Amino acid sequence: MTVAATFSRSSAPARARPRRSSNRGLIARLIRAPWLSPLVLLALWELGSRTGLVPARILAAPSTVLVTLWAMVVSGELPTNLLVSFGRVAAGLAIGLAVGTGLGLVAGLSKPGEAAIDPIMQIKRTIPVVALTPLFIVWFGIGETPKIALIAFATIFPIYLNLYAGIRGVDVRLVDAARSFGLSPLEIVWHVVLPGALPAFFTGLRYALSIAIILLVIAEQINATAGLGYLINNARDFMRTDIIVVCLLVYAALGLLADGLVRLLEKASLAWRPALIAA
Amino acid sequence: MNAIFDSRRFGQLTPVSREAIADSLQAPPPPAVRLRGFTRSFGDNAIIENLDLDIAPGEFVSLLGRSGSGKTTLLRTLAGLDRADDQDVTIPPARAVVFQDSRLLPWKRVWQNVALGLRGKDVRARAETALREVGLAHRLDAWPLTLSGGEAQRAALARALVREPQLLLMDEPFAALDALTRLRVHDLVLRLWSVHRPSILLVTHDVDEAIALSDRILVLDKGRIVAEERLTAPRGERAALAGDLREKLLGFLGTGRIGDDDDLAAVFDDKPNIPFSPSTPF
Repeated sequence: MTVAATFSRSSAPARARPRRSSNRGLIARLIRAPWLSPLVLLALWELGSRTGLVPARILAAPSTVLVTLWAMVVSGELPTNLLVSFGRVAAGLAIGLAVGTGLGLVAGLSKPGEAAIDPIMQIKRTIPVVALTPLFIVWFGIGETPKIALIAFATIFPIYLNLYAGIRGVDVRLVDAARSFGLSPLEIVWHVVLPGALPAFFTGLRYALSIAIILLVIAEQINATAGLGYLINNARDFMRTDIIVVCLLVYAALGLLADGLVRLLEKASLAWRPALIAA
Repeated sequence: MNAIFDSRRFGQLTPVSREAIADSLQAPPPPAVRLRGFTRSFGDNAIIENLDLDIAPGEFVSLLGRSGSGKTTLLRTLAGLDRADDQDVTIPPARAVVFQDSRLLPWKRVWQNVALGLRGKDVRARAETALREVGLAHRLDAWPLTLSGGEAQRAALARALVREPQLLLMDEPFAALDALTRLRVHDLVLRLWSVHRPSILLVTHDVDEAIALSDRILVLDKGRIVAEERLTAPRGERAALAGDLREKLLGFLGTGRIGDDDDLAAVFDDKPNIPFSPSTPF
């Protein structure tokens, strides 16, 4: 109590100090600001471009990138292609999510299911999905199918593994308690096992989303006629570094958006967790 | 079935003088729990051997025993968690368990935990009534992880009682509570028992707790019942006999003195220099 009182008494005059020293405070605050260094880097980049130190064919100036971004938005070029890319991610992720969840449930909830599925999934894990691209092209051609298939195939595993581990990690004492109250096996799965595995499932979902975007970038290198990858490939041919940077920005935004989406879902469905209660 | 319900209603009408009435009864009602020659073993290791146990309807029985004496195994059987198909075991259909840790589902609000698995109408209203009975009416919509230890155990008690069990099993439910909270929950359990009249089997380490609460105390050791004490004095007036009984029961439990414990004695037998060795007990 007394400490707080002394503190507020000594800090009161500090607020009323003359301007000269508040300038010094501003500088002190600036050199500690985390947003300053990226801004300085941007400024240096812009300066380099303006003075011709960084030629536009190497890297476009930030201001040019902004102008290009605006132009691409207004012309509809960016929204239409973004929509195509978004559709690929959504389709691939939907398939991967459905298959991964299905396999995770079967392997997690039944011993025979575990024996049948888990070894195959572990084998699958050792194959880098990107390495399957040639095979997928042979199987599915060069249209939309191999792109969606790559994303789907890659996202199955994180979903499967985390859901399976989450189900197996559910506190057996809670299951015992539910059994002692006469819940049927199906009710136990619904009320105890699945909610208990939900946090792990969300971890898997978050991994799956970031993997989906990485795979999108790779898949769109396959002869795309629309989408962000198509924009980038075209821009490369014309040495339009500004368009390439715009697309990189959009990829980054997609990643942020995906992460934010999972966070929102988690917050809504895991409200019981103490960390979230405190927040 | 009928006999059990009759005796429960009978008990509800006169909660205080139940012991006296039980004594005056000519033919005792059929027991709520009946075990004959019950044996459970894991591999060659017999946890419980040839155990006979009766618990009368509405009777409050405490089960004392050291760790590894088979208490938990017995409780799991009575709870129906371990199957005992080929054995002579009779347990009532309506059972409920209160565990040492409350085992509330953290992802369900308190009232939903109490309502877990309830069937029929007015589930929320029944859960509310049960929670009001244990003094948690203000915590209906709380998340279990925000409850204190005492609150969580009271919620677990409500979750058990809302099922109107004929047999209430309690596995050291007060062990994790602080002393003051424990006394309060003791009172609460006795009050709820006198209203609902389930048979109770309380598994505990605590001799004083068993003396304060129960009609009958059993001591389990190495899978056998080695002592049985019936308490007839009213619960408020047991302080006088507590001392002697306590010593007696502790004797059966093996007081924790190293000389009384075969396993520990063997450890210390060849180490006479250790001050706690059996040759120089405390």
